Amino acid sequence: MDFLRPASWEEALAAKAEHPTAVPIAGGTDVMVEINFDHRRPEYLLDLNRIADLGEWEVGEETVRLGASVPYTKIMENLRAELPGLALASHTVASPQIRNRGGVGGNLGCASPAGDAHPALLSAGCEVEVESAARGVRMIPIDEFYLGVKRNALQQDELIRAVHLPKADGPQQFSKVGTRNAMVIAVCAFGIALHPETRTVRTGIGSAAPTPIRAKEAEQFLAAALDEGGFWESGAPIPPSVAKQFAQLASGACNPIDDVRGSAKYRRHAVGIMARRTLGWTWESYRGNAHGTKGGAQCA
Amino acid sequence: MRVNFTVNGRKQEADDVWEGESLLYVLRERMGLPGSKNACEQGECGSCTVRLDGVPVCSCLVAAGQVEGREVVTVEGLADFAKQRAEHGGCASGACGTSLQDAQQWQSKPAASRTGENGELAPIQQAFIDAGAVQCGFCTPGLLVAADELLERNASPSDSDIREALSGNLCRCTGYEKILDAVRLAAARGENQTAGQGA
Repeated sequence: MDFLRPASWEEALAAKAEHPTAVPIAGGTDVMVEINFDHRRPEYLLDLNRIADLGEWEVGEETVRLGASVPYTKIMENLRAELPGLALASHTVASPQIRNRGGVGGNLGCASPAGDAHPALLSAGCEVEVESAARGVRMIPIDEFYLGVKRNALQQDELIRAVHLPKADGPQQFSKVGTRNAMVIAVCAFGIALHPETRTVRTGIGSAAPTPIRAKEAEQFLAAALDEGGFWESGAPIPPSVAKQFAQLASGACNPIDDVRGSAKYRRHAVGIMARRTLGWTWESYRGNAHGTKGGAQCA
Repeated sequence: MRVNFTVNGRKQEADDVWEGESLLYVLRERMGLPGSKNACEQGECGSCTVRLDGVPVCSCLVAAGQVEGREVVTVEGLADFAKQRAEHGGCASGACGTSLQDAQQWQSKPAASRTGENGELAPIQQAFIDAGAVQCGFCTPGLLVAADELLERNASPSDSDIREALSGNLCRCTGYEKILDAVRLAAARGENQTAGQGA
């Protein structure tokens, strides 16, 4: 094994081009587990810790450019207003020690359907900035990023540099089912973002299909129901029948498996429950009740 | 490969490090510092917690090569680290720290036993002893490092602050109540001390 220590982004791209099998390591919270357990013996480890740029973020007019290695702790502490869904999701990642090291770039690179950031990234809508020495920068829409179980749209010579997320234009929520609060891989998870400016709703589902997915039918149904009923203007409570239908469609979007963490049946059920509850929280918040956006300690 | 980094305030050099090796392995097997414990090797138990440039991390998930030029504090250096912080707000002179030899021979000796110069403990260590927060002791080093960092940034944590800060550290003797007592005790003592100084 060789340990590559590029001091700059350009050096990292050059190293990845020269050694396409090199495994990038940033927080190490996934890669080191595989190495410790002998599940992986990469020819090259490509350390990204020396590239300071990856740990930084910029809040622009309309978007946040989030460096791939910004630790979850920093997202929770600094970007709760701009990226409420991702901040909530970040808070459910493992433990403080892991949140101090891990970042969104690792979640994307690993592309596990159980990654906690995915539902928030899907519901916010975002673009992944990847780059190669040969072809330069490529912006991949998040909807085109996940290709299969632990497979993403990255080419062998490309590295993830940042994620560009729109600043929240409405309430966002995240909910995760596990056997306890800390240090748990999601049995399943659900993210929702209301986008009042475009009168749309976006969702993200984790751990209930081969890849993180959106519940597109549920989104379309809800957007139509909210529009037709004039709910965006009136701010009236969402009728239980609408919430129920939304939950059923979200549940129907799942394509889960039975595994040690939960059965497929349970996952479908739980996703429906989380969809209904998170819709309630975000809508209450949209109506001016402070319940939704601040909720750090809500359980689904 | 060779890795140069600072351990407990002193510059150290590790040779013949395998590229896939963890910081935990380097600390335990190459530096002779077994205080950081090796249990799950997947970041779930927190017993290998150390400070990396001040930040609590699982040393089993840090590749050795990633610590080149960086600063690590282990439980063996915690007493001196806490002392420097209390007296000088950190190590400004560069003359402080715990030598490798001292760290290798470090033993916990409560202040009450008055055994002399080796008897110094960090306030959190003394509080763990006084509160009876140590059972088998395996999880203790990681908990000490995590709890000390909590009190450094939050001198009077709420119970939920404490629970969250320690949520990455497992105790399989399940002595959590006493551990929470110990952190509360250390926090209360810290406040009393500050009050006594008229600050």
